[in-house]
Amino acid sequence: MRRVVISGLGAVSALGIGVPALWDGLAAGRSGIRRVSVCETTELTNPIAAEVPAFDPAAFLTPGDLLLLDRFSAMALVAAGEAWIGAGLELTDQERERTGVLIGTGMGGAERQDDAYHDLYDKRRGKSRPHPFTIPRIMCNAASSLVSMKYHLEGPTLCISTACSSGTHAIGEAAEMIRSGRADVMVAGGAEAPIVQGVVRAWEGLRVLAPAGDDPASACRPFSADRRGLVLGEGAGIVVLEERERAVRRGAVLHAEVVGYGATADGGHLTTPGVAQPVRAIRQALAQAGLAPDQIDYVNAHGTATRLNDATETTILKHVFAEHARKLAISSTKSMHGHALGASGAIELVATLMTIERGVVPPTANYRTPDPECDLDYVPNEAREMRVDAAISNSFAFGGLNAVLAIRRA
Amino acid sequence: MSELDTIEQQVIDLIARKERIPPGSITLDSTLQELGIDSLAGMDLLFDLEETHKLMISDEVAQQMKTVRHVVEAIRTAAQTAQADAATTLQP
Repeated sequence: MRRVVISGLGAVSALGIGVPALWDGLAAGRSGIRRVSVCETTELTNPIAAEVPAFDPAAFLTPGDLLLLDRFSAMALVAAGEAWIGAGLELTDQERERTGVLIGTGMGGAERQDDAYHDLYDKRRGKSRPHPFTIPRIMCNAASSLVSMKYHLEGPTLCISTACSSGTHAIGEAAEMIRSGRADVMVAGGAEAPIVQGVVRAWEGLRVLAPAGDDPASACRPFSADRRGLVLGEGAGIVVLEERERAVRRGAVLHAEVVGYGATADGGHLTTPGVAQPVRAIRQALAQAGLAPDQIDYVNAHGTATRLNDATETTILKHVFAEHARKLAISSTKSMHGHALGASGAIELVATLMTIERGVVPPTANYRTPDPECDLDYVPNEAREMRVDAAISNSFAFGGLNAVLAIRRA
Repeated sequence: MSELDTIEQQVIDLIARKERIPPGSITLDSTLQELGIDSLAGMDLLFDLEETHKLMISDEVAQQMKTVRHVVEAIRTAAQTAQADAATTLQP
């Protein structure tokens, strides 16, 4: 039976560029949510987001590359670079054919799409039509393709687009590709850069965004009774997944083992989360991992801070874990890095892995008021020193698509 | 400076800027390939020229372009056609 380990990791998030910045922010309980600055805000009623601070793709990429890129791909390339260098892989031609890429995204190149359509519809801009690179810039597989080009990887390379579960599905499916023998190494994760007026305005219409208030940093309050909705974010999380024996043989650092993956669909409502199928997804992940529910120490929750999600997710966890649910440390790191849609699950998997490595559980920030419907241990506001051997990370997407990863100490 | 010289210089300057090479190294007979302009870069170059001159190069003409001269001639021809069309439309 082939096993899968994580031998490299990278992140770009509202807490900064790189895994150290992400982890320092999470461990400090610091929110990366602020007033929107990456796009104009004239059309927005609620201009806050978890933006990546000072993200300048030109600092990492050549002018030629930049012309071909959307912001989401740039973030994927930067996170993939960190993961790739960390993994320290040197591949032969034959090994390149056994190395693939699977990066999820909910929307693809939202920034370039918004800009191109704006050029077309707003004649005051003086452009007659979208730039000819618009299609390769905005296609959802652009991030996967650009990463495969950068490192000359020739194995199975594809994209998964399952809204807020994209990153989790991508890592789970990539792990399955290694288990099944289709690949030996996979660069996997998620990337998203949706902070453009067209997208944010459309999200406003769903009435699930937290109002800015006077203090944007505290706008996202998962599991807290005074929660008021989610805050959109951006970023990328990328891991290098590797067949375990191969990684051991070459002396790689084994950050964690991906032991279980569950994927189910509600087959019910487009936006209202169900209970039965997320429960089954968690059980699938535990069963594949060979872990009993009481062996899980930490849950990185989907925890969007919408009224519906947090209460439903609490119910889901009680179903799966029964009495052990009260002993779980549960946190929603979205309270700090926001909801980066297709990147979220991947950023959260990196956070979950760091929790195991560092023996510190990141908190749920902005937790103020207990909610009778959410009565578990959400590690409020302050990180907790705690040995974590096994953990799960949940993603429950619009469209009723549930993805759960289980990882353990390698 | 004649109209042709202007277009010629514009094309050369634009290529020089996009490819980061000295304008002096580009001649009318330089091939796009030797200047490092692949199919994607060619599309970008034409897009900028079309937007600047407010004209359209047909896909058929664009696909035949191999040298800087081809690009210059295509722009010049399209500009003349556009001018002629404008003159026609002005007639009662």
